[in-house]
Amino acid sequence: MKLKYIVPVLLLALFTSCSSDDDNDIPPVNEVEDLIKVKDITNDTHTIELYTKSGKFYTGHNDISIRIMDNSDKKYVESATISWNPMMQMETMSHSCPKSEVSKVTGKNTVYNGTIVYQMTGMNGSGWSLKLTYTIDNQEYEAEDTITVLQSDKQNVTTVTGSDDTRYILALIEPSTPKIAVNDITVGLYKMENMMMFPVVENYTIALDPRMPSMDNHSSPNNQDLAYDSTQQMYNGKLSLTMSGYWVLNLKLIDDKDTVLKGEDITDSHTQSSLYLEIEF
Amino acid sequence: MKKLTLLYLSLLVGVITHAQDHSIHQKETDTLVTHLDEITVVGRRKLSNYRQEKTLSSIDEYLEKSNRVTMIKRGNYAWEPTLNNMASDRLSVTIDGMQIFGACTDKMDPITSYVDVSNLEKVTIASGQEGTENANAIGGGIDLKLPESKYYNTGLKSSVDLGYETNGNYKTTGADLVYSGNRLYISGDGIYRKSDNYDAGGNQEINYSQFKKYNISLQAGYKLSDHDNIDATFIYDKATDIGYPALPMDVSLAKATIGAIAYTHRSESTFVKNWETKLYFNTITHIMDDSKRPDVPIRMDMPGWSDTYGLYSKIKAKTQKHQLSFNLNAHYNRSLAEMTMYPNDPNENIMFMYTWPDIRTYYTSIYAKDQFYISTKEKLSFTARLGYQTNKIKKETGLESLQIFYPQISDSKSRILTSFSANYTLKHKKTDFSVGLGYGERAPSVSEGYGFFLFNSFDNYDYIGNPTLKNEKSAEVNFKTNYNHKNFKIGIEASYFHIYDYIIGQNDDSLSPMTIGANGVRVYNSLQYASIFNTFLNASYTLNKTLSLNTSVGYHYGKGSDHNNLPLISPISYLAEVNYSLKSFNAALQVNGNTNQGNHSVFYGEDQTAAFAILNLNLGNTFFIKDNKLILKYGIENILDTHYSTYADWNNIPRQGRNFYINTSYVIQ
Repeated sequence: MKLKYIVPVLLLALFTSCSSDDDNDIPPVNEVEDLIKVKDITNDTHTIELYTKSGKFYTGHNDISIRIMDNSDKKYVESATISWNPMMQMETMSHSCPKSEVSKVTGKNTVYNGTIVYQMTGMNGSGWSLKLTYTIDNQEYEAEDTITVLQSDKQNVTTVTGSDDTRYILALIEPSTPKIAVNDITVGLYKMENMMMFPVVENYTIALDPRMPSMDNHSSPNNQDLAYDSTQQMYNGKLSLTMSGYWVLNLKLIDDKDTVLKGEDITDSHTQSSLYLEIEF
Repeated sequence: MKKLTLLYLSLLVGVITHAQDHSIHQKETDTLVTHLDEITVVGRRKLSNYRQEKTLSSIDEYLEKSNRVTMIKRGNYAWEPTLNNMASDRLSVTIDGMQIFGACTDKMDPITSYVDVSNLEKVTIASGQEGTENANAIGGGIDLKLPESKYYNTGLKSSVDLGYETNGNYKTTGADLVYSGNRLYISGDGIYRKSDNYDAGGNQEINYSQFKKYNISLQAGYKLSDHDNIDATFIYDKATDIGYPALPMDVSLAKATIGAIAYTHRSESTFVKNWETKLYFNTITHIMDDSKRPDVPIRMDMPGWSDTYGLYSKIKAKTQKHQLSFNLNAHYNRSLAEMTMYPNDPNENIMFMYTWPDIRTYYTSIYAKDQFYISTKEKLSFTARLGYQTNKIKKETGLESLQIFYPQISDSKSRILTSFSANYTLKHKKTDFSVGLGYGERAPSVSEGYGFFLFNSFDNYDYIGNPTLKNEKSAEVNFKTNYNHKNFKIGIEASYFHIYDYIIGQNDDSLSPMTIGANGVRVYNSLQYASIFNTFLNASYTLNKTLSLNTSVGYHYGKGSDHNNLPLISPISYLAEVNYSLKSFNAALQVNGNTNQGNHSVFYGEDQTAAFAILNLNLGNTFFIKDNKLILKYGIENILDTHYSTYADWNNIPRQGRNFYINTSYVIQ
């Protein structure tokens, strides 16, 4: 009777002790714990590993971690300078998207990090490619491959043309896990200078009015409009969510001269701003 | 229905013919006195006077007979008692000293709905600070007293009750069994009530006014010695399919389990006469939903739970001139309620919030009362209560959701609550007189302190609780006098409450309502003060042993420091009745009405309720069949089929039209 329980325990003990015998090194610290690999991009010399929290790229703001493995000795490169360029190939033209610089993650030896805002995607996530240019010991390398960018369920990024005839991209960064509370909200605001250049827009204001369309456009108190934070290069504000469910974040884009470039106030007759993002939880 | 009517008719005929031979050999022991603050449920087996026309009446109907109590009605079930024009938040409502709190955020389950008349021996109603024996309160206390164990050695006794009312096809069936030995007492009773929709005057059917409930109670007592006994009580009450015609939602389940164990030490010879220590618990589940309503803007479920654990230790002591009582009590309550809404677009996520974010209340207090008999005619009495209460928001989500409105609050708040009263009574042969002063404080209720978007269909506003509310404080004066002359008796009583930091919902136009179609949002806040005044004039005239007249008029006043009338203040109310009573038969004809509600509160969303008067006829017989007894109660309520509603009817929901009723109790001794 009891043997039934003892045998598997013994076997397990034996097995684990055996396997640990093989390892004579201290197991290396896993620097990409909690991250899931999205894709490897390889060239002759290196394999570039791309990680996100979800293991996928989605439209909107993506926080991406990178490791470069030397194909010859399977070791991860600890001192590289990386730049990247995501490209969307459309039928008639191609364009890039807002992206940050890639920098080494402080406190880690092999991980580099940056953000990309995919403002749209093609059928079944197609159309995007990512080109990485990196320098190791003054030697420049390049790697490029197509990537899959899936469509997010809710509108967490939007591209609009302001009254100043400029194309702007707004991407929701936080809250990534919204809750019934006053949430910190962070939005990235970029200007489309040309097909390749999407610089951060500074010192604007983004007015916020969250609403629940299913609840007769119920709103919440104590929200705070988003203001520019120059160190983060993002816009921060406060978002009150009184219950879980589907929320529309009605926005107004206001420039540094207090001119409203896009978006309207919400009234009984005008229930949704032309500039908005969505949250559902 | 035909069958039932036939059954009653044959029963009636048979009994009347049979009963003639039997002399009445048992004196009725009715102790019910109309205008005392303590009204006594005489029990279903006894023919009581006009105050309890129906032996099987609900507690609600029963309480309504008290002068100071009016019932707020949201339907035909679970009426909310108010005392001195103050509702549950300002009252201490207890079951035999046990704290119990409703689990519904919309007050659809007052405590009185979780017991049945069959469970009770009497109801003690005490006005103002005199009603703080069990908890801090402003308006007073209602204690629903359970029967005490009786070691009479009378053996087994049982009774069966049947009731039928035409309006709503309302059926009641009950049975109880009592064993009383020398050392052991056991009693059990069960009652089942079911009503369909009732009709208002003019045969207007009130949809969603049905209900169904059963209640089982068990009680056991064991005498350990001549001075000590131990008692256990268990009550299970379950109501299902309860309609609330005045509200947008119904209740599919309201369930309570109440349990207690008590140890009592009695002694006549020592200073301490009675020392009772009780441990108790109760748990309530309340499921509110709108699944039976065809058209709603959005489907929602609103379940709520309330669990209370507590204990008290009461000492009664006596010296020659002093009668002392002490009560040390403590309780812990957990109140949790949530709301889930189902969007009309099935692709959207459900919407969820905590409407009572798991509020834990810890309360400990001490109470003392001294009745000092200065002389045979004069008495002074003092009461004092000191309580310490802590509220804690247990759910992190709950705290964070309230912080949307109150960013500075922390998860807990403690309060000290005090209460004092002094009363002087002078009794002469023909007159008696008493005057009292009182001061009391109360903490905000869970809804007032922590409610989150609670929709009130009365004024059509969403309410947000306010954890930063100050204690509500009341200074009170009361006065009572009676004069007897021969067969004539007249009495006046009056009480005035000056309530500081009066808690009431106030408009906040900056907030957006959650409920679809609501007028706006009100946040609980304090008025600088409010004044509430109640006075009653009672007169009775006894023509002879069998015939008496009785009248009562009440005037009520309630105003806030903002000069607005307070909501739910009664207009002038009156009652007049003629009683005819023999030993085995009684009859009463009663007129009961309100004047036009001129003092309605426009500011708080009240409309004026028109004057009304209704006429009731109540009859009762007692028959003895060998050793057994049959009690019949029958009559007509609202004889003229008046279509009316009172100021206390939620959304002016009309009350019952004409109703024929019959209650029978058969007691096997």
